[in-house]
Amino acid sequence: MANILVVDDEPNIVLSLEFLMEQAGYKVTTAEDGEQALACVESTPPDLILLDISLPGISGFDVLEQLRAQAATERLPIIMLTAHGREVEREKGMAMGADDYVTKPFSTQALVEKVRQLIGEEAS
Amino acid sequence: MLINYPNSPDASLANEGFWLDKSLWVALVLAVFIILFGTRHLDASERHEGMVAAIALESLVKLVAFMSVGVFVVFVLFAGLQDLFQQVALSPDLADTLRLDQVPGGTTGWVGMLILAFLAFLTLPRQFQVLVVENVDEHHLTRASWLFPLYLLLINLFVVPIALAGLLLGDVADDPDSFVLTLPLSAGAEGLPLFVFIGGLSAATGMVIVETIALSTMVSNQLIMPLLLRFRFLHASQPGQLAGWLLGIRRVAIVLLLLLGYLYHALMGDAYSLVTIGLVSFAGVAQFAPALLIGLYWRGASRLGAMLGLIAGFGVWGYTLLLPGFAQSGWWDMALIEQGPWGIEWLKPYALFGLQGWDIYTHALLWSMLANVGLLVGASLFSRPTPLEQTQAALFTEAMHPNLQGTTLWRGQTTQGELRDLLARYLGAAANQRVFADIAESQDAADQIASHALVTRAEQALAGSLGSASARVLINSVVRGEALDLEGLLSILDTTSQTLEYNRRLEQKSDELARIGEELRSANERLRELDRLKDEFVAMVSHELRTPLTSIRAFAEILRDGDNLPEHKRQHFLGVIVHESQRLSRLIEEILDLARLESGRLTLDPKPLDLAQVAQRSVDAISRLQENRGIALDSAIDVEPAIIIGDEDRLEQVIINLLDNAGKFADTDQPKVRLRLYRHKRHYRLSVEDNGKGISEDERERVFEKFHQIQEQGEVPRGRPKGSGLGLPISRGIVAHLGGRLWVEDAPNLGGACLIMELPEAPEQAQ
Repeated sequence: MANILVVDDEPNIVLSLEFLMEQAGYKVTTAEDGEQALACVESTPPDLILLDISLPGISGFDVLEQLRAQAATERLPIIMLTAHGREVEREKGMAMGADDYVTKPFSTQALVEKVRQLIGEEAS
Repeated sequence: MLINYPNSPDASLANEGFWLDKSLWVALVLAVFIILFGTRHLDASERHEGMVAAIALESLVKLVAFMSVGVFVVFVLFAGLQDLFQQVALSPDLADTLRLDQVPGGTTGWVGMLILAFLAFLTLPRQFQVLVVENVDEHHLTRASWLFPLYLLLINLFVVPIALAGLLLGDVADDPDSFVLTLPLSAGAEGLPLFVFIGGLSAATGMVIVETIALSTMVSNQLIMPLLLRFRFLHASQPGQLAGWLLGIRRVAIVLLLLLGYLYHALMGDAYSLVTIGLVSFAGVAQFAPALLIGLYWRGASRLGAMLGLIAGFGVWGYTLLLPGFAQSGWWDMALIEQGPWGIEWLKPYALFGLQGWDIYTHALLWSMLANVGLLVGASLFSRPTPLEQTQAALFTEAMHPNLQGTTLWRGQTTQGELRDLLARYLGAAANQRVFADIAESQDAADQIASHALVTRAEQALAGSLGSASARVLINSVVRGEALDLEGLLSILDTTSQTLEYNRRLEQKSDELARIGEELRSANERLRELDRLKDEFVAMVSHELRTPLTSIRAFAEILRDGDNLPEHKRQHFLGVIVHESQRLSRLIEEILDLARLESGRLTLDPKPLDLAQVAQRSVDAISRLQENRGIALDSAIDVEPAIIIGDEDRLEQVIINLLDNAGKFADTDQPKVRLRLYRHKRHYRLSVEDNGKGISEDERERVFEKFHQIQEQGEVPRGRPKGSGLGLPISRGIVAHLGGRLWVEDAPNLGGACLIMELPEAPEQAQ
């Protein structure tokens, strides 16, 4: 069973994502900020990360950058989540190696679909 | 005739026909002579250098003749001056005549006489003619200024000796005017009187010639010609015809002037001696002196003043000297002199306003000068000299100034051809040759614009013949554009200063524009900055709104799609949706508040209220929530009532926000919050402190920025709901609207942050 790491500082959003991913048949780990996220990647390497950009402390972009810099997580599927709808941030995220970029509020079905695709690709 | 003199009968109108009077014939002969001498050819200019040379020679002849008589009398008839004066001293009657009080009018009369002579030397037409008109070079004045006084000194040297000798030796009945003739004659020297007579004759004729020419020139050039030139037909006349007119006028003037002179001699000759006639005319021409002299030194003198002064001066002169002269000659009632007009004593011509004891000349001089100078100065003070007058004065008085020599006074343009035509018509070909001497005549040249120097030369040539007034009129007729008189000059100056003024204004305007441009640029920058801030704000608002919306949508979709959700989960998720919806509503409310605060449309309802009550109510409202979170909240309200002017609901909103914030940032394990209300000077202060980590110095202002989330040390401990970042900015805005302040300090008791709200005490009448 694939493991998904959910990183967000909004408890209710984490709650909804956790429920959605578990319902889709994945195992879920959660983190409230960047540092926790990096620690989780270390302890239980996930198959995919749902990563919020605005986090207290180190931001989602910083986390992404660090993960891409490491060989183990170089190709780890990462979906960026953001409440900022601006195109610049999307481009910045994609340029930094995010696999997808989802604007809040998102369609739950579409998000689950994206996760499935990315994990499926990885599996195949 | 000479030998018979003075026994030959005097001619007079009374007993014989005037045609038998030899004086008339002398006058007529002189007229013919002057016409031949002074108005011989067309280009008879105002200047007569030949005549001046003749007069100069004549004056030398006169000087030598007079001095010869002087020497003869003193050294031949007497044994030198000493002998003469010794003999005079022996005769008490004669000695008395040397005293000053023997002069008519005494000392006053002597001084008056000196002043008269001094003024006449400048203003007699013949003097003016030679001194000013005939002057070809201003530098001659330098020599004249010592030579002329020297001449006067020499010619007067023997006046007193000859007069005394005449009185000692001559017949008492002899005319003193004739002593120079009678003394040598009586001594039997016949050659000397002849020489003296020739000298005297030449002096007299010379004087008459110069005087007549001067006057006729004035009459023709300054009076008649300018008048005639106003008529068109003269301009259209044939070349040379104008000169004919001019010469004709002058000749007529000469004859008329001499006849007038003769008439005066014939009518008044008995009343006044030669000296007297001279003094009367001196007093007359002296009337020109005030305008001449004051005009030279006082630039404020105006034309009007000069005119009025002249009229008044001549009026008084005529009344005090001329009219009594007629009376004394029998042409007027002597009662005028003896009783005054209509018997009015104080109007007696020789004792005006009761002034008696003076000689008639000094008397007339005083009153006429008083009237003349008084009106000249008075009228000048009340009228301004026109620019033209000022310029003329400048050109006249600064004649020696090198910068002004050859100043061209023409601004308009004309061609050389037109100038040639003009000169040919009025002066004839000869003058044309002179003026255009250095310029070849050709068709090209005729079309060329005449230089200013050439125009000036042409004007001078015209002025020489026709007088400056006529010349100006004529030059004006061909020069397009007007003559550059002072008015023109000043208008150019005016234009220049106007241009300068415009330039100055333009400069001002451009400075202003630059400043406005600068302001616009900075306003634009401010707008850009505001635009950027607005974009940022919109982004922040969008972010803040999206966050609760994300949860709401996610759980709504989960609930929609999950048919077989366990009931407790369903309830939980619905609870989340409701909670997040409330958060969303609150957020929207806050954003609206902020917008209202910033646009100044926040509606407050300020009225006197007790802040202690509001504080208590706020504590009550939040205490349960805080208790639930395990926060220890205590309040210390030291003053009651604390009356301020404020809006109750808004203040409650602020206080709850402060308490809520403090709760969020209080210590994680043992959170404590304390509210205090106390008086500080004329204000009430409400402080809310917590035992959290506090707020660092550089963050203390930034917490009042919109959407500012306290980072790191001030970070909300985990598990606490975050704020929107709008609470503090809104609170500060509300407090500021109520005239108070809101700021951050270190907590004095609990060690964390302390927010202090200060509001002014209500005025007493409101309490």
